[in-house]
Amino acid sequence: MRIVIVDDSGARASVLEEGLREAGYDDIHFVPPRGAFVARIERMAPDVVLMDLGSPSRDTLEEMLLVSRALAKPIAMFVDQSDDSMIGAAIDAGVSAYVVDGLRKDRVKPILELAVRRFTAFSRMQTELDEARTALANRKTIDKAKAILMAQRGLNEPDAYALLRTTAMNQGRRLVDVAEALITASSLLGGGAA
Amino acid sequence: MILVRAAFLPLTDSAVLVAAREQGFAAANGIDLELVRTTSWATLRDRLVYGQVQAAQMLAPLAVAVTLGLSQQPAALSAPFKLNGNGNMLVMSGEFAAALEPDLPARLADPLGTSHDFATAIGLFRRKPVIGIVHRFSGHALMLRYWLGSAGIDPDRDVVLRVLPPSLTVEAMRLGEIDGFIAGDPWPAAAIAHGLAEAVAIGARIWQRGVEKVLALRTDWMEANADTVDRLLLALAQAARWCDDPANRGALAALLARPAYVGEPADLIEAGLSGTLLARHGAPAIDEPDFLLFHREATAFPWRSQALWIYSQLVRWRQAEPSAEAEAAAGAVFRPDVYRRALGGSGEPMPGASMKLEGAVAAPTGVGAHRAALTLGPDRFFDGRVFDPECLAEYLAGFGPSAR
Repeated sequence: MRIVIVDDSGARASVLEEGLREAGYDDIHFVPPRGAFVARIERMAPDVVLMDLGSPSRDTLEEMLLVSRALAKPIAMFVDQSDDSMIGAAIDAGVSAYVVDGLRKDRVKPILELAVRRFTAFSRMQTELDEARTALANRKTIDKAKAILMAQRGLNEPDAYALLRTTAMNQGRRLVDVAEALITASSLLGGGAA
Repeated sequence: MILVRAAFLPLTDSAVLVAAREQGFAAANGIDLELVRTTSWATLRDRLVYGQVQAAQMLAPLAVAVTLGLSQQPAALSAPFKLNGNGNMLVMSGEFAAALEPDLPARLADPLGTSHDFATAIGLFRRKPVIGIVHRFSGHALMLRYWLGSAGIDPDRDVVLRVLPPSLTVEAMRLGEIDGFIAGDPWPAAAIAHGLAEAVAIGARIWQRGVEKVLALRTDWMEANADTVDRLLLALAQAARWCDDPANRGALAALLARPAYVGEPADLIEAGLSGTLLARHGAPAIDEPDFLLFHREATAFPWRSQALWIYSQLVRWRQAEPSAEAEAAAGAVFRPDVYRRALGGSGEPMPGASMKLEGAVAAPTGVGAHRAALTLGPDRFFDGRVFDPECLAEYLAGFGPSAR
């Protein structure tokens, strides 16, 4: 069974490809949706095409599937139209799948399930990475604001932190926003203490 | 507050949905309108058909096509409200536009002459011109086909129509992947502003009152949630009135320019809203007051005859198999009855009929309407044909075999 993965993100495509190979599929091709990508897919004559639901190039791919002579057979999306929970999971995960009509459902379903799991795992990984990056950046900002308070108000570290936290609570703002405002104000006032 | 999720694409004609949310019209009518930005029509369609959103800013022909089972999973869709009229432009690279009338106002005033010039020019090129469309089931594609057909150009044989998302059209022009494209604002304007293309035809001059985006709902959801639908339509009608008011153009352009919506420069968007069109980089702007309509002349009213015109074109280009059932199903996608129910008490001008001749109004004309006076603007096709929805077969026969 030939599977083509159309994806902008090389990382996500690798995560998906790895999973498919582990599951025993070895005829897997990766096509980024740029330039004449539909002509490439057409030449490959895939049985299954997996694509990111968020890709702006889905309309281009669907048009190819409609008019292509190489893939003359009708194409059905989401394998089994009646399987609502599967479709819901696929849309939530951001996976769209195009399958050559006539391919047996039990042969396609595991591929789609795997794609859904891998897409979900990838986006979770991405979210965690983003959160970790934000947390790190926030901590740096807060440390910098603490240093300013320690230098200019002669506070020790716990007191500087407590002052920031109390200010944030009183103003109903996030700690990091208060810290950022303090850094901006300090630089405007020419306080090079940080 | 009732939560309604609506999918949209980053286009100027998402304006009514955006204004309904941001200017508080939805909230004032008890609707918590959540807008879901989507980058392809396929994904917008899937989100609607599979119930992830309850409403969508949809290409009118796509709503008909999904209902007829021509675009992936079939589903009965309804369009009780049109989100705008017109708003399209056909642009081409300088190389291809060079074969056309160089005087831009003259070129744009005469779509029939321009289509014939283009037909002659095709013979001079060593390859078929590649023209980008955003979707086969789009008002843009149907207008382009109509325009090409008027000069005997077969859109499926003499040119290559390439489908690409509106947001990628400018980049595709830059890379030379397409020679031109037809799309909604602000993308043609952006291509012209970058010096990559010039205007070849304006949608509002191909069909003066062209059908564009509709509010599409799943018919079963619409019928099960009549109260919510009524509130939503009321909010959209108020938003459309706000969008059409010249005093609000600056504010609307600033709203749409936000990255969460269209994400293109506000001045570019405002030019389209006011119909001040740049036809070529460095050329004086051309004034087209009907370039994009939201509210006046009951623009939002879903005339069944317009759904049937779409169906006639799908049949003409062999994208739909003609049958009495298909014709009835296509016409029933537009729901003037729901529009009347929702807006009957609102003071909106309300046409008395649900069908009309399309292309028969040459000058602004007062028509029979309940409550407020209603004037219909000129709605002619550039070739002067008139579509009588009761005589669809005769209309199609009028194009003759040579049009195909």
